[in-house]
Amino acid sequence: MKRIFLASFVVAAALAAQPLDPAKLLQPPTDAWPTYNGDYTGRRYSPLTQINRSNVNTLNLAWTRRFTAGAAVQIKATPLAVNGILYFAVPDNAWAVDARSGRELWHYTWESKGGIHIGNRGFGMYGDWLYFETPDCYLISLDAKTGKLRWNHQIANVKQEYFCTSAPLVIKNHIIIGVGGDSLDLPGYLESRDPETGEVQWRWNSTPRPGEPGSETWPSKLSMEHGGGMTWLSGTYDPALNLYYLGTGNPNPVHAAQSRKGDNLYTCSIVALNPDTGKIVWYYQVSPHDTHDWDNVETPILIDGQFKGQPRKMLAQAARNGYFVLLDRTSGQNLLTAPFVETLNWAKGIDAKGRPVPDPAKDPKTDGVLVSPNSSGVANWFAPTFNPDTGLFYTHATESYAVYWLTDTEETPEGYGGRDQSVWSQNLLQAIDYKTGKIVWSHRYPNQGGSRSGLLSTAGGLLFGGDPTGNLIAWDPANGKILWHAGLHTAVSNAPITFEMDGRQYLVVGAGDTLYTFTLPR
Amino acid sequence: MILRALWLFAAGLPLDAQLISRPVPPPDAVERGQKQFVAQCGFCHGPLARGGESGPDLVRSEIVLDDEQGSLIGPVIRKGRPNEGMPAFDLPDPQIQDLAAFLRERTQAAINRNAYAIQDVLTGDRKAGEAYFNGAGRCNTCHSAAGDLAGIASRFQPVQLQTRFLYPRGGRGGAPARPTIVTVKPVTGRAVSGTLEFIDDFTLGLRDAEGYYRSFPRDSVKVDIKDPLAAHAQLLRQYTDKNMHDVLAYLATLK
Repeated sequence: MKRIFLASFVVAAALAAQPLDPAKLLQPPTDAWPTYNGDYTGRRYSPLTQINRSNVNTLNLAWTRRFTAGAAVQIKATPLAVNGILYFAVPDNAWAVDARSGRELWHYTWESKGGIHIGNRGFGMYGDWLYFETPDCYLISLDAKTGKLRWNHQIANVKQEYFCTSAPLVIKNHIIIGVGGDSLDLPGYLESRDPETGEVQWRWNSTPRPGEPGSETWPSKLSMEHGGGMTWLSGTYDPALNLYYLGTGNPNPVHAAQSRKGDNLYTCSIVALNPDTGKIVWYYQVSPHDTHDWDNVETPILIDGQFKGQPRKMLAQAARNGYFVLLDRTSGQNLLTAPFVETLNWAKGIDAKGRPVPDPAKDPKTDGVLVSPNSSGVANWFAPTFNPDTGLFYTHATESYAVYWLTDTEETPEGYGGRDQSVWSQNLLQAIDYKTGKIVWSHRYPNQGGSRSGLLSTAGGLLFGGDPTGNLIAWDPANGKILWHAGLHTAVSNAPITFEMDGRQYLVVGAGDTLYTFTLPR
Repeated sequence: MILRALWLFAAGLPLDAQLISRPVPPPDAVERGQKQFVAQCGFCHGPLARGGESGPDLVRSEIVLDDEQGSLIGPVIRKGRPNEGMPAFDLPDPQIQDLAAFLRERTQAAINRNAYAIQDVLTGDRKAGEAYFNGAGRCNTCHSAAGDLAGIASRFQPVQLQTRFLYPRGGRGGAPARPTIVTVKPVTGRAVSGTLEFIDDFTLGLRDAEGYYRSFPRDSVKVDIKDPLAAHAQLLRQYTDKNMHDVLAYLATLK
């Protein structure tokens, strides 16, 4: 009897400590949050219902923990929650903490060789192995049990002004990684690396080389080679179609476009790639010939539902340029394009393919042009969410105006080639009907400017996010009514996640250097 | 190669520290390097190293970017690239380092967009600007050229004036030019007015006439906010770029 008891105890312990089960990556997130977006769809929708509309006003703080490193800590990463442990990173630093208590299990530090330290979006996980990127563009693999370095590989040259922030995404035996950097007109690319060794499996260039498809949208070899198109935010994945969906960054030089006349493929686009080969299957360009720094990296969320009475596999994105786009994700065919704020003034209209048509009068000029939005855009990297129960796509959005100046009038400009100054901004939370692009409800914050957080929606009839002044808020996703809030010490700096542990549902959110964890009273 | 003093970050640069990615060499080395570059390299690579008649752009060159004080540039200069038409230059270490200093300064200048010089912004028609100020823009409802705006063009450079007149808070995080007056009406009791200090969806804080800070729960009061900048925010939706340039040209005459 005693022996049987012991044996079952050992089995339970072994189960609790097992590596990340690859099957978890294919399921909606319940007892784990195993990827940047929780699952491959990018919906950030949890099927958990323990915390719900009727009891959210009793939500309690379970624990809070502050993290320190050499420089100021700003948690932009979405933590992974796997087998009762949270894993997250900031530039050059990574932690594992006990999800039940917040106790630190390990803290890994990387000695930096430079790079812009703007943020880190967190880990990808494969079995017992973790992967994250550093500002100086190394891909680091750690042993999740100990936080010890397995290996590091340089993935881009920081001396050429690349810097790296993105959370690697694990698809089968591929670690998909991206790069960033707009300062000196670099070509963007995406790579797949071997989870065991870190060796390159394939590389996809986000700007073509001469003679390749898409090269007709650039005037010269030089312009393509310096064309930008960074790959700095995790994409989404449809296992049935075996397609990886990625939003790409803006073209370079950012503001001075006289040397890159044309659409500049595949910058500011949504691309569908085969994750086994890195080959492009289709593309859709959301901002042709961008001149305003509107990286189109915002999460392309996968939606399975009805459109005009037909069941369809779709993909939706609320883009930095201010337009919401809905595509058929099998083909890239545009189904709908609609602005999701009212101030936009940079497009002359929408073309037959559903693409906004940029107004050349609103390209940066030496004496300045007044453009909405500013270079931070209407949306940006902070995560949107889609709730299949309401059929609504939620995103933080900013109405703003900025002056954009062209400063480099040479035939072949270098660097940004221009500047911009935001003069006014106002943040909103927008609930968009994916079938029509119409705003169903809108929450306008009473103060101007400030930060924008990522979002989470749940089957408990809740939408979570942070406001610009430091409140964590739960809204009714159907109508935008505020159901609960808690004042944190600073604004939410990542997106909330939720998972079940010991039969209880937890909500974890990062604000500056601190993680806050909430649950219901027992 | 014996290295001279290490390049250090120059004082006064931390504002752009996030953009300046590498140590900026001392100005005297840059100046020597520039003179030498113009004399010996500029004919092919252009006087600013951005490429010329027969030589490639060096500002975005991988060799230049990977170089550390002549480590990679030196061998190229000394051996030349005969197949590509570049002759060898037998230069001593100090001159190689000066050239490297100049090229580093060029790359950092391209990277540091906050330091890019904005060109002439006074392209508008000042008469049309004045007409807009007193007409369609209704700026004269709150402002006057002889009153609050007198001398404004001597207080601000044209570029600052451009963003400040559009919205006086000016960019991200600036202090408001004038206080926002708020009146709060509780369900019972008297209304309280004061200067708005804080507002979110849950709490409103004001400073009353006696200097006391008072806060209220938003869900049990009525709030009336008089935002002195509301007209500026509204005008952003109306201005054409011509309006903007004309008004700026007019304001620039108020010295």
